[in-house]
Order: sequence, then C-alpha cells, then structure tokens
Amino acid sequence: MVAQPAKKQRFNALALFRNALSYHQNWEQQWRSPEPLEAYDVVIIGGGGHGLATAYYLAKEHGITNIAVLEKGWIGGGNTGRNTTIVRSNYLWDESAAMYEHAMKLWEGLTQELNYNVMFSQRGVLNLAHNLTDVRDTQRRVNANRLNGIDSIYLDAAGVKKVVPGIDLRGGGRYPVMGASYQPRGGTARHDAVAWGYARKCDEMGVHIIQNCKVTGFDIEGGVVKGVQTTKGRIGAKKVGMVPAGHSSVLASMAGFRLPVESHPLQALVSEPIKPTIDTVVMSNAVHAYISQSDKGELVIGAGVDQYISYGQRGSQHLAEETLVAICELFPQYKRMKMLRQWGGIVDVCPDASPILTSTPVDGMYLNCGWGTGGFKATPGSGHAFAAHIAKGEPTELTAPFALSRFETGFLIDEHGAAAVAH
Amino acid sequence: MLLIRCPYCEQERPEVEFSFAHQAHKPRPEAAGEPLDDHNWARWVYYQKNIKGVAHERWNHAAGCRKFFNAARDTVSSEIVATYKSGETPPVPESRIEGEDLSFDYENAEGGA
Ligand SMILES: Cc1cc2nc3c(=O)[nH]c(=O)nc-3n(C[C@H](O)[C@H](O)[C@H](O)COP(=O)(O)OP(=O)(O)OC[C@H]3O[C@@H](n4cnc5c(N)ncnc54)[C@H](O)[C@@H]3O)c2cc1C
Ligand SMILES: [Zn+2]
Repeated sequence: MVAQPAKKQRFNALALFRNALSYHQNWEQQWRSPEPLEAYDVVIIGGGGHGLATAYYLAKEHGITNIAVLEKGWIGGGNTGRNTTIVRSNYLWDESAAMYEHAMKLWEGLTQELNYNVMFSQRGVLNLAHNLTDVRDTQRRVNANRLNGIDSIYLDAAGVKKVVPGIDLRGGGRYPVMGASYQPRGGTARHDAVAWGYARKCDEMGVHIIQNCKVTGFDIEGGVVKGVQTTKGRIGAKKVGMVPAGHSSVLASMAGFRLPVESHPLQALVSEPIKPTIDTVVMSNAVHAYISQSDKGELVIGAGVDQYISYGQRGSQHLAEETLVAICELFPQYKRMKMLRQWGGIVDVCPDASPILTSTPVDGMYLNCGWGTGGFKATPGSGHAFAAHIAKGEPTELTAPFALSRFETGFLIDEHGAAAVAH
Repeated sequence: MLLIRCPYCEQERPEVEFSFAHQAHKPRPEAAGEPLDDHNWARWVYYQKNIKGVAHERWNHAAGCRKFFNAARDTVSSEIVATYKSGETPPVPESRIEGEDLSFDYENAEGGA
C-alpha cells in the first residue's frame, strides 16, 4: 500500500468569492491526518518548514511520493512558527551564498508554485554597522556578495537615513549608525503559511503528514537504518531524513552518534499594533536587535540567545530587556510602546554558524540541522538541496560543503559575521 | 536570570556574573588514552553531548572570583541541581537520552516550572 494523492481546489479570487457566499464554511481540508502505514520509502523526522520542504521536493523533483513526515507536535510548531521571518541571502562565503541565494530564488516564486500565499514581502533588509570594524566587515561582505551576483549595497549613514527615516543615526549616543549593508530583495514571509503551503502540496501528492507522532528510537541493523520507533508504533523506512532543529542532538544520540551543535533558547517579542512606521527590516548584530513591522502593525523584534544550553523553549528576561534598550536607542519614538507577547524557540547552533546537511554514520540516514538562529530564510533552498541529497544518497554540489566532515578537515564555513545572532 | 552558587565564593550570584563554558569532564584525547588525530581532535574541540536533562557543565565566575567550576543543571527546567569545584566528582549523574530522568515534561507545559 502507498499513500494516495488527492487533487486540491485552487486558491484564487473566484474561489474566495464563491466561498464567501457560504460564509467560508465549505473550504476543503488542507491536508489529511492519516494513520501511519507499516513502511515508507522515506521517513522525514520533523514537520517544520525544512522537513516539509524536503518531502515536497522529494515528491515533486524526484518522484518519490511514498513518504511520511513525522512531527511530534503540530506542523510548524517548532522554530518555523517562532521566528522573526527575516529572509535574505547576503552571506559572506561562496558555499553559503550559493545555498541562501538558491533559497532566495525559490522564495521569489513560492506563492505561485505552492498556490498558497506565503506573503513573501521583498521590503529590503539592512544590517547596521556601528563602528569602524563593522564598517570594514560590512563592506567586505557586500563586495563578496556582489561577486556572487547577490544584490548587496553598502549604504553610508545618510543612505541609511533615506531608507529608514525613523532611525536615530546617533543611536542615542550609544550605538551610532555609520553605515549598513542593504539587500533590497530581502524581506519577510509569513512563517506559518510556509509550513501550511508545503504541507498542503505534500498532501496533494500523497505524502503523509503525521502529527502528534514523536520518534523515540531507531531500528538499525548492521549499520543500516530499517525504521523508526514512534509513539504511534514502529514505522519501517528505506531512508530516513532527520530535520529536528533544536532536538538534533537528541535524535542523533538515539541513533548512536553525537553532533557538534549546542541547543540554545532564542527569543522574540511583538509590540501592540500601531500604524505603519517602518517599511523595511533593520538588524544590528552588534546590539543583538532586529526589527520589522508585521501587516497587523505589530513591531516584530528579535533578541539574543541565552548563553547556556536549554531545551526549555523560553528565553531570559534580561536578554529581552537588553534588546529593547538597543531598539529604543535606535528608534526613540518606540520608547512608550508596550510589548504584547514574548516567546522562545530552541535553536541548534553550530560552531561556525553554518548548517549541517550530511549523510551520517548510519546507512540510509541523512541529517539536516544546525541552522541555528537563521534558517527560516533557507527553508525552500534547504529542502530542495536536502531532497536531492536523499534521493541520490550522496552529497550534491550544494550540500557537500555542509557535511559533518568539515569539522575534521577544518574547512569551516565561518558565518559569524553574516549570521551572528541575528538573521 | 539564573541564580548560581559559586562553590568558591560560597554565594548565590546573578547569572550575568558568570559565563557558560560548555560541557564539563571532557578529557583531551591523549588524557583519555586516544590518539591525537583529526577525528578525535574534532570531537574534543567541536562535539558536544548537548544533553536534554541533567548535564554536567563548566561555568566561569567571570565577574567574580574568575574561577572555573562545574554545575549539574537540568537543561529543560534550568534548575541547578548542584555546583561543585573543578576536580571534584559530580554529585549527581547526567541524564542519558532525552528527559529520561524527568518526572515532568516542562517543554509542553504552559508557563513552565
Ligand atoms: C525567536 C527566533 C527567531 C528567529 N528568527 C529568524 C529569522 O528572522 N530569519 C531566519 O532565517 N531564521 C530565524 N530563526 C531560525 C529559524 O526559525 C530556524 O532556523 C528554522 O525555522 C528551522 O526550521 P526547521 O524546519 O529545521 O525547524 P523546526 O521548525 O523547529 O522543525 C523541527 C521539528 O522537528 C520536530 N521534532 C523534534 N524532535 C522530534 C521527534 N523526536 N519526533 C518527531 N518530531 C520531532 C519539532 O517538534 C519541530 O516541529 C529564528 C528562530 C527563533 C527561535
Ligand atoms: Zn566565585
């Protein structure tokens, strides 16, 4: 038995009008919730954006549709639904630029491709420079980006003020703004819609989306993976793709190996909604703050990571405070605003701030993790590249540099400058 | 913010005085009787147990006595089970695989403990 495809209705203006007539009571279910089959060709662990995108591209590009995506909670309930949704591709090194720009190109057609509005808004992203070292690093990164064909521009202070009129270039005297890198094609996307859009397309092609199904162990025989143990019983698998983000070490240790990652809480917060005040994304690595405004009018603000390992999905108060102090220095007009909600996610951080896309010591088991504080922007590219890796059973041009072996060869892809804590 | 008891200062101090210094009791390859090759070196430098549950970790009282010490801390609830001086035997064992030693699943609890 294999999973069955099911053609979906198309979302368009006419469908919206037709459904309005019946008070939106008759929209069809977006994806089904089947009971797991005995076995699949590929089992994907983790129903975040990266896991769902992997399943989607396996089905679409490689004709493998007998797939289950196993998610211990609800799809998108991990970091996919907790991030500040910043998308950009202006990373320093060729390997990362290739990966993130691959994702950017897919983002640009994603709403059409999925027939699902992921609200991708190319409102531009600025990364501020506050001192001479920042300025030099930023210019170096901008030049590297341009050599890789990425739309990256260096703005001086006056240029920043033009794009972001609301900013105080003096930064309250504490965080003077000397310049910024600017990527006009960068922006934001609706994070939940990304998970839902991929899930709906997966379901259409017959992929099983199985929620509330936690993987608790692996069946490994002679170094080859044969299946997974779950809270819904054993599920056989010819291949397993693990995409568990913050829990990558936990799953790896179930399979008998360790990883060079640490899991830390990263938090974000949103303000009460106000009228439009900022129409781009402003980030500062130095002061661990980044800000944009959602379509609902809330300021979306990201803070730093807690220094210690945690799986507790909440960040410390003092980190949020430090971020808000910096935001208020840069945007004094926000001083009297109230924050509405605050939450945390667990991000698996790599020593070189680059992800891991790799084959593992277990045959048939593949791993995509280590995206740390900045993997939302890579969602389509990561899924696309990882699907090819799984289908071929070997590294591709895009995934090869991100193998685990780089920690032994020393070929690290150090993106602390481009990634830092901000994204 | 955590309140951490420095075993040298014998005082509970706020977390901002301390820096997290990663996994404790991690011997260099030679000290563990292993060859110092690329494989083992990578494991010593980069690889982490990254335990979910009670873990042994190093901390530095950076804005205090500046000494390194160890803590047994639950990485889900953040409860510090014990702190102890470098060189001392850990007073409690580490958890093995995820949350085995936890009586309560903090992660899914609203508000936490
Ligand atoms: C506060 C915050 C802000 C961020 N801001 C940005 C940003 O602005 N831009 C950016 O690019 N990135 C950002 N990131 C990072 C980004 O969110 C992540 O890198 C990305 O979403 C990872 O996607 P994923 O699909 O790999 O992980 P997730 O969405 O976390 O998916 C992993 C899934 O695996 C599941 N899982 C784990 N263990 C098991 C198991 N045993 N069995 C079954 N399922 C399991 C989890 O429940 C989870 O749903 C931010 C992260 C946070 C926390
Ligand atoms: Zn001390």
